[in-house]
Amino acid sequence: MTEKTLQDILFKELKKLAPECDPPRVAPNENIRDALDIDSYSFLQLLVAINEQTGIDIPEADYAKVSTIGGMLSYLYARLS
Amino acid sequence: MQFPPIKKNVETMPVQPNLLDYEHTCATFSWDEVRRSFDGLPESGGLNIAHEAVDRHADGPRREHIAIRCLSKDNKIVEFTYGDLKEGSNRFANLLNKLTVTKGERVFWLAGRLPALYPMFFGTLKNCNVFCPLFAAFGPEPIFQRLERGDARVLVTTERQYNKKVAPHLPQLPALKHVLLIDKEEDLNEQVLSLPRLLETSSSLFTIPPTDPEDMAILHFTSGTTGMPKGAVHVHNAVLTHAVTGKYVLDLHPEDIFWCTADPGWVTGTSYGIIAPLLHGITCIVDEADFDAERWYRILQDQRVTVWYTAPTAIRMLMRTPPEQRQRYDLSALRLIHSVGEPLNPEAVLWGKHVLGLPIHDNWWQTETGGIMIANYAALEIRPGSMGRALPGIEAAIVTRTSAHSVRVEEPDIKGDLALRVGWPSMFRAYLHDEERYRKCFIGEWYLTGDLASRDKDGYYWFFGRADDIIKTAGHMVGPFEVESSLMEHKAVAEAGVIGKPDPVIGEVVKAFVVLKPGIKESEDLRLELIGFGRTRLGSAVAPRELEFVGNLPKTRSGKIMRRLLKAQELGLPIGDISTLEESES
Repeated sequence: MTEKTLQDILFKELKKLAPECDPPRVAPNENIRDALDIDSYSFLQLLVAINEQTGIDIPEADYAKVSTIGGMLSYLYARLS
Repeated sequence: MQFPPIKKNVETMPVQPNLLDYEHTCATFSWDEVRRSFDGLPESGGLNIAHEAVDRHADGPRREHIAIRCLSKDNKIVEFTYGDLKEGSNRFANLLNKLTVTKGERVFWLAGRLPALYPMFFGTLKNCNVFCPLFAAFGPEPIFQRLERGDARVLVTTERQYNKKVAPHLPQLPALKHVLLIDKEEDLNEQVLSLPRLLETSSSLFTIPPTDPEDMAILHFTSGTTGMPKGAVHVHNAVLTHAVTGKYVLDLHPEDIFWCTADPGWVTGTSYGIIAPLLHGITCIVDEADFDAERWYRILQDQRVTVWYTAPTAIRMLMRTPPEQRQRYDLSALRLIHSVGEPLNPEAVLWGKHVLGLPIHDNWWQTETGGIMIANYAALEIRPGSMGRALPGIEAAIVTRTSAHSVRVEEPDIKGDLALRVGWPSMFRAYLHDEERYRKCFIGEWYLTGDLASRDKDGYYWFFGRADDIIKTAGHMVGPFEVESSLMEHKAVAEAGVIGKPDPVIGEVVKAFVVLKPGIKESEDLRLELIGFGRTRLGSAVAPRELEFVGNLPKTRSGKIMRRLLKAQELGLPIGDISTLEESES
């Protein structure tokens, strides 16, 4: 799985939760929940969906590392490779 | 499954609970006595929440005690002592006075849990204005409806919230004279002003004008099944309930560090996130950020929180995390945990005992009741799954309507309407501009809560469900009508029916069933567009998370959408006699 594929999965799942938003336009260092108006429950759904599609489990202890688009992509990519 | 009661041993508790003998306290309780325990305003002898919660302590030995400790998202700390809060609220009261905001006029807050709230809240009450909070995750529509229905005179908010949600509706709000931006150093124009700039030149000396205990103090909007949100009016006298529940339910003691996780956009966030703990002169933790398991455990540990008031949604999200995670934190300061917002399932009560080391005390109340009415208490046994027993001074009952003007009080173990005998201090005094809806809540001497419950022979109450179609999602009330109306503004939508779909974590998920206009085809793109449409207008707290297209909606012969039937269909339950209904897709 390439970095591009990961990014596509993330953007697609974000679009499902906040269809009115344009995830690629969110700055990589902006907090995902704040930028897309996503609550903690929806954020959890996002992580479940990512897990289903990539096999990567993100434990609660690492949530701070995946709070931004940039952080999330680096985190996922590191675990793929 | 029946869960055994959780017994308590008062001897081993680190602090002796304030309420030890429930029966005796109930038998000897007097609201008059509670009233006499307050200072009253020094000159007029009236009763003002701000004096009792702030000035009384600021003028005494608690002046330098921390009242509020705000934690920002980036972990910065802003603290207010009682002395700071007195001066800050005086400045805000003077500012309102200068803007010629007169007694009874409404001052709204739309900004989440930021430090500026606390001086603003008490300053509003000091100037005898009415505080009305708006949940920061509301979209432009719910915000506009509430500002308009609440006759907003002043709105305090952030630049981002203002630009995104308020500015487009400003021309339709002629009564809104001033918007005060808390994060702007310069005025935008004559109407939209910089709050910091105004506060700079505002005096820190203020004398609270005479305040009648029955003067309106707080306006809380709550959702209805039909029609738009209702503004529940609360008065300064509500402070009696806040004091008593702070003492007997939350069990506050002078050195407590108290954390109420509720947002001030909802009634718990004001009654217990601000007023009750400050009445008791203690330190209150406020976290700007939303739920995050690691962060919350860290706050409980680092802030040495002793009493914690949270909600079932948060507890159930914590339950999803591995117990080892909790083990990494020292929660030894914590002595009492409470929960409110929706019924706490017995498994969650027991999880608290096993994982946090303390059982969780569920309690029950509503926006309309102004304060906790039924609770599990520190010294009393918990019956997991029960909301507990009535507060001393409160008469609760299970009733059945026998006519439009009378009810029958039921015996134990009979399911019926949960009702409260009218006259408690924090009872709502009106639905603003809606006398008829207010009157409909009462039959004789009873306020009918709209909740279905039963009472066991020992006085513990057990919740069954709502008597209406109100949706409870993540602890927030959502009115289906409000959501349906908004969806129907989309050009593709002919009709919409909205229900609460049961969810193990957030209680209910808002789900919409949509009938499209003739000639419009269903598609995934359109489904997402409609979800986005709802979120843009209503905000994430209210908008449907799920949306399904249907051919038509089940209706009564008079054309009313049968949401209960929609829900039964969704859950695959028997739908009963549908002979009065039009044909519907099953």
